[in-house]
Formats: sequence, C-alpha cells, structure tokens
Amino acid sequence: MRYVDEYRDAQAAARLAEAIRSRVNRPWTVMEICGGQTHTILKSGLEELLPPEITLVHGPGCPVCVTPVELIDAAVEVASRPGVIFCSFGDMLRVPGSVRSLLEAKARGADVRVVYSPLDAVKLARANPAREVVFFAVGFETTAPANAMAVWQAARQGIGNFSVLVAHVLVPPAIEAILSAPDCRVQGFLAPGHVCTVVGYREYETLAARYRVPIVVTGFEPLDILEGLLMVVSRLEEGRAGVGNQYRRSVQREGNRAAQQIVAEVFELSDRRWRGIGLIPMSGLKLREPYRSFDALARFAAGPAPAEESRECIAGLVLQGLKKPPECPAFAVRCTPESPLGAPMVSSEGACAAYYLYGRREVRG
Amino acid sequence: MCLAVPGRIVSILDEEDSALRRATVDFAGVRREVSLAFTPEAKPGDYVLVHVGFALSVVDEDEAEKIFEELRAMSEIEEPEAGGSP
Amino acid sequence: MSGFNLSCPAPLVAGDRVLLAHGGGGRLMHQLLEGVFLPAFSNPALEARHDGALLTVNGVRLAFTTDSYVVRPLFFPGGNIGDLAVNGTVNDLAMCGARPLYLSAGFILEEGLPLETLREVTAAMRAAAERAGVLLVTGDTKVVDQGHGDGVYINTAGIGVVEARHQISPLRVEPGDAVLVSGDLGAHGVAILSVREGLEFDAPIASDTAPLWPAVEALLAAGLELHCLRDLTRGGLASALNEIAQARRLAIRIEEAAIPVSEAVKGACEILGLDPLYVANEGRFVVFVPEREAERALEILRGVPVSAAAARIGSVSGDATGAVILRSRVGGRRVLDMLSGEQLPRIC
Repeated sequence: MRYVDEYRDAQAAARLAEAIRSRVNRPWTVMEICGGQTHTILKSGLEELLPPEITLVHGPGCPVCVTPVELIDAAVEVASRPGVIFCSFGDMLRVPGSVRSLLEAKARGADVRVVYSPLDAVKLARANPAREVVFFAVGFETTAPANAMAVWQAARQGIGNFSVLVAHVLVPPAIEAILSAPDCRVQGFLAPGHVCTVVGYREYETLAARYRVPIVVTGFEPLDILEGLLMVVSRLEEGRAGVGNQYRRSVQREGNRAAQQIVAEVFELSDRRWRGIGLIPMSGLKLREPYRSFDALARFAAGPAPAEESRECIAGLVLQGLKKPPECPAFAVRCTPESPLGAPMVSSEGACAAYYLYGRREVRG
Repeated sequence: MCLAVPGRIVSILDEEDSALRRATVDFAGVRREVSLAFTPEAKPGDYVLVHVGFALSVVDEDEAEKIFEELRAMSEIEEPEAGGSP
Repeated sequence: MSGFNLSCPAPLVAGDRVLLAHGGGGRLMHQLLEGVFLPAFSNPALEARHDGALLTVNGVRLAFTTDSYVVRPLFFPGGNIGDLAVNGTVNDLAMCGARPLYLSAGFILEEGLPLETLREVTAAMRAAAERAGVLLVTGDTKVVDQGHGDGVYINTAGIGVVEARHQISPLRVEPGDAVLVSGDLGAHGVAILSVREGLEFDAPIASDTAPLWPAVEALLAAGLELHCLRDLTRGGLASALNEIAQARRLAIRIEEAAIPVSEAVKGACEILGLDPLYVANEGRFVVFVPEREAERALEILRGVPVSAAAARIGSVSGDATGAVILRSRVGGRRVLDMLSGEQLPRIC
C-alpha cells in the first residue's frame, strides 16, 4: 500500500533508531498523545528499538478510554429503548458502563450496530423511517467534521428520525491538564497527526510556549513515530521548546478550513468530564442551538446521570502518565480485558490493555 | 479516533453541491466511496487520507518523499565510516 | 466453525448469558468449553481437546468430528455455506492425519427460505464432497419458525480413517520445530465482510474455502515426521498458534515479514481497522515439523495446489511461557495474544 508500506521499512527504522541513539545524552520522558500512535508503538515493538534513556508514556488520546461513564450509561439506556437502532464505531461497544456495556445491551436484545462512517447511520435512518436511529458521536477533532457533516446533511434532508449522542473531546485541553499537574513528568509530546490534519497546530504553539515544552506533530506509521521522536529528542537536547511538524505530508499549520467550518457550524465548546480524570472545562463539543433537535439525550430524555466508576480503577493516573498499569493493585488480577474495571483495559490502545496484551509477558530473550 | 488510511482517487462524482462531492478511492485493490466534502481541491490520481468515510487531506507527495531523501543522506554519511580497508 | 461477525466483541466473563463472543474462537469460547461443556461430558477423547476425536474401533483407528455452520451471509465470493459445511469438517479430519470418508449433514431451515437457495447450497455441498472425495451418507432436516435462524444452519459430522502412523497433536510439538503456514491469510474473513460491508474490489477477494486433505496426504506419503497440524478458522493464525503454545507450554516465535498476506487483503484490513492475523480462514493450516524436515515439507506443500504458497513463518522455542511472540516488520517484538472475543474494527 502506497504511503503505508514505505513507512514500515525495517532498514529505515533501524537508521532512525540509530540517529535517536546518537542524539540522546540524558534521560527524557516523552508522551505520545494519540491512541493510534500507541497502537503502532506496541504493535511494532518500537520501544525495543529505542535507547534506554527514552521513556515513553502513553497519553489519554483514546476517546474510548476517556468517554465518561455517564455517557456510556446514557448510550446503553437509549439503545435499550424499543424501536431504536443504535449505531456506533466498533471500539466503543466493549466499554463498561456502571451496569453494562453496549455489547451486553445487544446480548439482551438492543439493536446495536457497528458502522464505519456516521453517514452510514444517516443512510440507515433514511431507510428505516419508522425507527429512531441514534449515532454515538465519539472521537477527537479528527472525527468531529464527519459527525458534523452527518448532522448537517440530516438537517438538510429533513431526516427527523436521526439523532446523535455527542461525546466529542478535544486534545489541547487534555494536554494542558497534564502539563499543569504538579507532578507532571512529561518533557516532550508527540501530537496527534490526524487531529492536526483537521485543526492545524496553532493551538499547540500556544501551549508549547506557555509551558516551554517541545511538541512535534507526528504521524502513525513506525517511521513517522521514530522521526517524530528524533525531532522531539533533538529539541529536548538543545533546550528548544515550540512546535515541529513531522507529518508534513498531511498536516499544515492552518489545518483543513472546510472541515473546521462544518464543525463550527454544527458544534460549540462545552465542558466535558473525562473518565478517570474528571471535569476539564471547554474540552468537549455539544450541538449548537440550530441543531439541538438532533441531540439524542434531549430527544430521549436520557442521562447523563451521575455515574459510578469502579473505586479500584486508577485510570486517571494512568491516562496522565503518572502511574504505569502494573502499579495498579487490580491490574491483571481483578482487571483484565475480559472483565475490565475501567476503560484503559478495554480498548487495545488503552495503556492497561496494552501492557496486559503486549508487555506483561517477558519478550526479551 | 485517528485511524486514517491513504488511498488513490480513481474517479470523481461531481455534484453541484460541493458538500456532496464523492470519489471512488482505491486502497491497494479495495475500492470505497469517499466524501470529498473537505478536500474540494482533490482530483483523480491524488492520494487522499481517509477517515470514517471522509477525505481529510490530499497527501503532499513531495513532502512524503523527504523523509526518504533524509534517510538516504543519513546512509551516505554512515558509509565512509562503515567498512575499513578494502 | 465459520463465518465472521463484526458486531461481536468481548464482554464480562462473569455474566450469566451466552454472548456472541462465546462463538468467536477466542478466550471466551474456551471459557465456555472449560466451564460448561467439558465438565458435563468428561472422557479421555474430549480431554485431548483436539479438533477431532481419535477412536480405535476393532483395531481400526478412526477420526470423528463435528462442526456447525452459521455464516451470514449465506453466499459470498468463492462459495456459500454449503462449501464451508463440507470443507470445514473434512479439514478437521485431515488435521488428525485421517483420510476423510463419510459425512452426515443436519439442516435447520428457516421457514420461508426459497427452495432455490436450498438447491444452490446442496449443489455446492455435492460438488465440494466430490472434490474432497467424501460421501454424504446420512442427514436430517428440521424447519423452524420464520425469524428464528438465518435461513440455513448446517451441522456436519465426519468420519475418517487415520493414516498417520504417529499421533499428530499439539502435545508432540518440540522446541526447535519449524512452523509453516500453507498459504496466504485472511481471504475468507474479508470475503464475508466484503458482502456485509458492501466493499468493492478490483478483483473480488474470494473465500479460501478448500479441502486440505490433498496437502496432508502428500506430507504423509513422503514419510515426514509431522508433529502437529491445525487448520486456521475463526480467530485466525493468532488463535491457532496460541492454542498450540498453551497446550504444549512452549513459546512460538514468528516473523511478521514471513507471513503471507495478499495485497488486497492487506488493503481491506487497513481500511476496516482489522489485523489479518486474527481474520478467519477456511482453507489454510499450520504445520509443525522438526527443523530438519522443514525444507522438504515446504517443497511438498508447494507441489499441491491448495498449499502452493506455503511459507515458513517461525519456530518453537523452549521457553515454557505458552506465548506467541511476533517480531514486527520493523524489528521490535510483541506478544501476539489470543483474542478475548472477536476482533472489533478499529477507528482509533
């Protein structure tokens, strides 16, 4: 596959790893923010190629992991209503709510369906006028334009039986929450390349300046991550804060204007609770007034009600990079992928699931 | 949510309304219909980055090549050091 | 074991109901087996936990197996449920080193199923049986109310005569054994998905459903020392290797770059967010042979059409971890775990 395979070349990876090794003089802690980047790092065993001075911390860039429990509960409640077709991206279905996940709701008779695009949900609504079709609009800024477009098209086509359960989260407020924590150990960041494809990276320049850290916008293939790390480490060694752009084949500083416009038309900022972290002001999206009729929570008079998270789950500390999953007493004992206590054990990008699947057993030797 | 995959535009279905403009995109032999609502400049033959059914950007092929130029430059620097006497 | 159901991932094991994930070929299915079925029926043949039961009747060594087919959609590029119903059971027998001879077929039909559909399915079964050299000798039909059952469910049971002189099972795997795969992965799962998701291909990806006995027969005829054979079905290569590694408490090390996957399957998996190592197959198997037999085994496999693209993908090591370790294309290693339930398409 073009623009994919070349970025997985073993020799090139070795060369970049060598370049990182010769650049590094001191230990550095770097966080990659996006779950997709975490996935690549783990799937390719990239950490094995890096010098021991570099510690990678997996950030909260996994919308599956950070969707608040109360929204999962609301999703389950709406999905369980008779006549509802509940559509979602696949990753969300296993996330545990206070009582059950969407998958378990499906086992109990709810019509829950996996879709690849929000437009598929709109199509379903058109094809099933007697049913209410609800789409779980989860994701970072990468997915917001597609979800906004779905709502906008539904509005234009007068599709009255379509609604969205909005759970969008934004990346910069999360980075700020991490950076402003008193015990923050992260010294540099790999920023999510596809989020920045949409929104550009001006907001990251502000953050980098305020907290005096280097942030490198990075892609998702192994060579991207290695090049991004090389750029971050170079800046760290030189004491240079600010933003670099590794993912230049896709990202421009201004981002994608058309995509930003549709998001601004359909959504506006809102406070959002992040599972395991808590409330981060203005870190989420909600429907703007002209589109409120598409809000599933309003239409079904459902949640979110204050919800219980497992007391044992230290997801918040893990998501902020303050603890590693094996430091959690429940890890691999009471909390496993088959019976997760919190979201980072559910998604394969979640730090806990990643440690469980990829790192728990001895790989070396 | 970040999984976006690059594919090549095979053909474009133009609509008067640019928001509905679509393309058939080829991903190593798999074809899917993709919305070009956010990439009005895209044309047949371009590679686009596709996420949940929408093209988010047109791949800048020159920029894409640069990492490989740099890597080649790196290996040229390495070679005089590698290998000792003939 | 066949079919590919996307909307089925892994929920809580502590639950009190059957979930779709219990049929996924992964950890949850194993828990169901261990927790419900095995305790109910325990006997040595079952305890062996092999694809087929090995029985000796009047001095003749027989293999006996059964499988049920519930695939949706019924028809897909490369075949239909009928092909799977014959080939799947034939292959379970072949994996025991047994020549497949006779099949039974039980049909559960949904009221309202067009007879034309049923004719197409049975025609496919007849053709597949001929190709596999088996006879369908007994069967049964039941009809259930409309709305109960996806058109057709088929169960087939099969009997074969064991021709392998030595036992072929995970317990015979030894450190140092070579791990071979008979061809490229993921075609069946992608073929199913292509119908369900409306994917279009330049050249449609066809299911790899096929009888594997010819390849096994060739290996046996060459007198090779075969330690273990396992066909890849639901859960893909990763599940099969994990089952064997855990049964034998050894580690298996494989190279990502050596695993054959066609470009089209790769592309489909990329855009669907799936990992080909976990995608279902219906005409592929793995072979464990001593290192010294590896080259010869590959040569023989490549001489048989169904395994023409056979490749060596790794080795067995002596670590008693029961883990499957994959070295990625890029050079780093990771554990290739068993799936919890079934693979969820990633967006992230």
